[in-house]
Amino acid sequence: MLWLSSRYENLELGQAVLEYVCRVRGIENDAEHWIGVALREALANAIKHGNRQDPSRRVMLTLGGSTDDLEIVVGDEGEGFETAAVADPLAPENQMKTSGRGIFYMKTFMDDVTFSRGARGGTILTMRKHLGGDQKKGVQAL
Amino acid sequence: MKTTVTTRDVGDVKIVELHGKITIGAGDLQMREAIHTAVSAGATKLLIDMKDVTTIDSSGVGELVGCYTTATHKGAKLKLVNLPPKISDVLTVTQLITVFDVFTNEKDALASF
Repeated sequence: MLWLSSRYENLELGQAVLEYVCRVRGIENDAEHWIGVALREALANAIKHGNRQDPSRRVMLTLGGSTDDLEIVVGDEGEGFETAAVADPLAPENQMKTSGRGIFYMKTFMDDVTFSRGARGGTILTMRKHLGGDQKKGVQAL
Repeated sequence: MKTTVTTRDVGDVKIVELHGKITIGAGDLQMREAIHTAVSAGATKLLIDMKDVTTIDSSGVGELVGCYTTATHKGAKLKLVNLPPKISDVLTVTQLITVFDVFTNEKDALASF
């Protein structure tokens, strides 16, 4: 488990940890790229919307899973939010908005994305990517 | 790769070349500044060259949409060229690829203005 302060520079640290895990586990480059996009969105969400860029609040990151999948958990120390309230970025009225696509990208590039409340508050985001023979799943599998 | 934004002129077209990551806290604001500066200076034909973009996130996509809207409201045209496949994919899944005029080479892009 890694604890990061709420600074965007730490996206690079999270990405570096992911690259190491992918290398150790033999996850191929294409899959690593799309998982990396999702991870950056998750960390950015936690920093921006969860912790409101307050560097004294931390973002928790864990990477785990079994031999068949990679599980990423990102937690923040914010007030939490209602995912149902997030607008559909594909709706015509939202297409030209300058924000609101992060969760959509996470759900697109990962196989399973869930949000929950942390025991001490904040939001816990859990994302899972299946690795068995479908590592290349990016936009092709949509 | 460190994010950099460079500009050059070909005729009356301002070409904005992006290099590296266009992501939150990195290249997103640099791209916005380059486009806003060009539009404020009177540029009406803008071409963003994305050949060297390695990653774009939702913030970068949002800035791209914002740049397009800014340019359009000022009467300028903003087009994209040389999208790497993964950058194109990110725009495709949110159906934004249909919003932009996208070209595979600079010659065709310049001729389209």
